Amino acid sequence: MRIKINGRDQDIDTGSLTELIDQMDLPPSSLVVEHNLRLVPQDQWATTRLEEGDVLELLNFVGGG
Amino acid sequence: MTDDTLQLGNKTFTSRLLTGTGKFADNALISGMLEASGSQIITVALRRIDQQSKTDNILDSIPQNVTLLPNTSGARTAEQAVRIARIARAASGTNFIKIEVITDARYLMPDNQETLAATEILAKEGFIVLPYILPDLPLAKRLESAGAAAVMPLGAPIGTNRGLETKPLIAMLIENCRVPVIVDAGLGLPSHAAAAMEMGADAVLVNTAIATAGDPVTMGKAFELAVRAGRKAYLSGGGQCSDQAVASSPLTGFLN
Repeated sequence: MRIKINGRDQDIDTGSLTELIDQMDLPPSSLVVEHNLRLVPQDQWATTRLEEGDVLELLNFVGGG
Repeated sequence: MTDDTLQLGNKTFTSRLLTGTGKFADNALISGMLEASGSQIITVALRRIDQQSKTDNILDSIPQNVTLLPNTSGARTAEQAVRIARIARAASGTNFIKIEVITDARYLMPDNQETLAATEILAKEGFIVLPYILPDLPLAKRLESAGAAAVMPLGAPIGTNRGLETKPLIAMLIENCRVPVIVDAGLGLPSHAAAAMEMGADAVLVNTAIATAGDPVTMGKAFELAVRAGRKAYLSGGGQCSDQAVASSPLTGFLN
């Protein structure tokens, strides 16, 4: 199915947020996930289902002034 | 300990030097810089993850006892700033937010109107709002009324190291604002920070000048000394300027 990840349309083959993060090889400790404009705490990643057309923002804190 | 403290929202700080995490050649320098500078508040930014360059978690470089001040950099509208602030709070657990709304890419001037709109919303939501602004007194008073915890006027454009170019405008804020005035951006040398504190600024925020110094840890210490010197000078009451010389020694004749 196709969802929008960080502003880009991408085809993914899983409906599980945890699996997607795992597939993308992202560091879970620093990852901030916004799913359809709602922040998803790490303990809810496993129960968050992705659906066609969803909008996902994968963010992290970086250096800034 | 000192009883001369900086109050922001419900928190009290003994250091009047805020620092930033941007532009460090190596993020491992940040904890040493924080220790040397005594800074108790440090800014961070929130960005989309870069899958190509796996970077360290910046939060790992910041000790627990230092207050995180996420900024809303990247926001071009009040709406975007509010969205970033809400994510930052949920993800970091801090109520502090530096509002930074910038539409001008060349000078990185803050958009005062959007900044005010974001402040009005976020202060109502319980954020401790520190808006980065062009020094403008009517705006600063509006921000105060909207519930800002401080105002952060720029001394010069971000990253320019040019010092207190807006000094007379900042002086108006210092004289008329009830909330703390924190000079943010453009301070390139400890002497600039000292000058801001001497004129009565409540604090300064320094990032580029420390992060891009040859030795950021020592420069952090230099800024700490300057901020303390400037604050002490302000509290002790500066001398008056005069167009003519005013003798320090008795003017009576000697040996004639």
